[in-house]
Amino acid sequence: MASKFINITLKVWRQKNAESKGVLETYALDNVSTDSSFLEMLDQLNEQLIQDKKSPVAFDHDCREGICGSCSLFINGRAHGPQTHNTTCQLHMRSLKDGDKIYIEPWRSKAFPIIKDLIVDRSAFDRIQQSGGFVSVNTSGNTMDANAIPVPKADADSAFEAAACIGCGACVASCKNSSAMLFVGAKVSQYSLLPQGKVEAKSRVQNMVRQMDEEGFGNCTNTGACEVECPKGISLENIARMNRDFLKANLNSDK
Amino acid sequence: MSNSAFIKSSIAKKYWMALTGLFLCLFLVGHLLGNLQLIFSTGEEGRRVFNEYAFFMTHNPAIKVLSYLTYFSILFHAVDGIALFVQNKKARPVPYAYSKPSANSSTPSRYMALLGTLVLVFIATHMSNFWWKMKYTEEIPLHSYFAKTDKDFGDSTYAKVFETKEFYYSQNGPIPKDTAATTVKGLDIMVKGTNLKYASGYKDLHTVVLQYFSKQNTSESGIPVGLLGTLFYVLSMAVLGFHLWHGFASAFQSLGLNHPTYTPMIKVFGRAFSVVVPLLFAIIPVFLYLIS
Repeated sequence: MASKFINITLKVWRQKNAESKGVLETYALDNVSTDSSFLEMLDQLNEQLIQDKKSPVAFDHDCREGICGSCSLFINGRAHGPQTHNTTCQLHMRSLKDGDKIYIEPWRSKAFPIIKDLIVDRSAFDRIQQSGGFVSVNTSGNTMDANAIPVPKADADSAFEAAACIGCGACVASCKNSSAMLFVGAKVSQYSLLPQGKVEAKSRVQNMVRQMDEEGFGNCTNTGACEVECPKGISLENIARMNRDFLKANLNSDK
Repeated sequence: MSNSAFIKSSIAKKYWMALTGLFLCLFLVGHLLGNLQLIFSTGEEGRRVFNEYAFFMTHNPAIKVLSYLTYFSILFHAVDGIALFVQNKKARPVPYAYSKPSANSSTPSRYMALLGTLVLVFIATHMSNFWWKMKYTEEIPLHSYFAKTDKDFGDSTYAKVFETKEFYYSQNGPIPKDTAATTVKGLDIMVKGTNLKYASGYKDLHTVVLQYFSKQNTSESGIPVGLLGTLFYVLSMAVLGFHLWHGFASAFQSLGLNHPTYTPMIKVFGRAFSVVVPLLFAIIPVFLYLIS
């Protein structure tokens, strides 16, 4: 497909820091190649802003291959833009039209405070992960070969699908309640399905849910928005599994 | 930890929403079956059947337990729902300037709190119209009671007695109210000034319902209360339908019941339930209004 060049209008959220009040600024950007990715379009905007002696727009990005989860951006009312199961770096300008007005906002959640412009602090996810998203292994030198433990194929597949979560936060951004249940559900499932993770399944789900609540995420109302917007297509089954595990853990709790 | 986890944790709040919600779905089925008698048996027989049913529902001890569970469920579902709503609002203090949620979720799923509040308003008006009158007031006339009449009518059989504004009617003819030495006390007609039971029977809830949903029910200033009441009832059932459209299947997910085979079946059943149950409820007042 031959590349085209389009002219667009951008409405970008500009906010100096967490404390200051943000505002939507309007920028006209001409001659954007339809072959460029959305992030490359923002690079082009920043070059233009720098030439005009204005401060460039701060936005998160890293691998630009759709696997790191760094790029965020709420584009035209949806996490990672108009496509489902997509990251912002994998969104290309050919998905947008000449003359389009494009709204670009940061993830909005109390648990994800804005650092600057479009960059939010997602360390709440790290703290949830640190509260239980691991397997305690004795590394004294007698570590067992993982392949020596038989794992049912279906469980291995489900665990793998859950582990595909890249922690981007699109679930939180899309959820009308800013709920992190899809993320936590995936992290809980990824371990609880495997023999190594089962050992600590009870305390893991209790600790991760407690941390999730402490971070100020909202509650799950099962709208299913997260599942649609998740770049990795993490299923709502993981939330149900976490709900089951949480019930079991609390009914049997010895704490 | 486990104790507080069952009340405070976000997931536990959802368990309670699910459990109370599903219990209220069962209540809806029971209530609907009771109400359907209003259109399946009509006339004098319909009155007898419905008033006997209403008597049973207010006096049977097992029903009493169920009714207290229902009141508790409604209140808890509402209070818990409001707590969840407030928390969810706090979780996103700054809203998006531009958001397109229709791309990823169904409309009812995003308005459960609003729909639930409207259902609660309906429940409040509905209970003040019928439940309160039935349980706590003497406004409801007695109807179709069986009176032991040996003392006064010289007959040892049970006589069926009806009531109008001026008369009690029995097999033995009308008894004028003001001259009859009787007084109504609860479900009994007493000989005035004594503790002698003259007759007893059922509160005529049937007539109250029919009079409410009738063309003749207008206020003194001419407002068609019957018509407005019927319309409000139908609209409320539509709201209930939307609430159930999301709520029924959502309850199973909250309880962790998600299964490749059963979840699609639960979803289909939940949507059928959310259409059929409110529709059948709504047909009843419309039918009563049209035949009035």
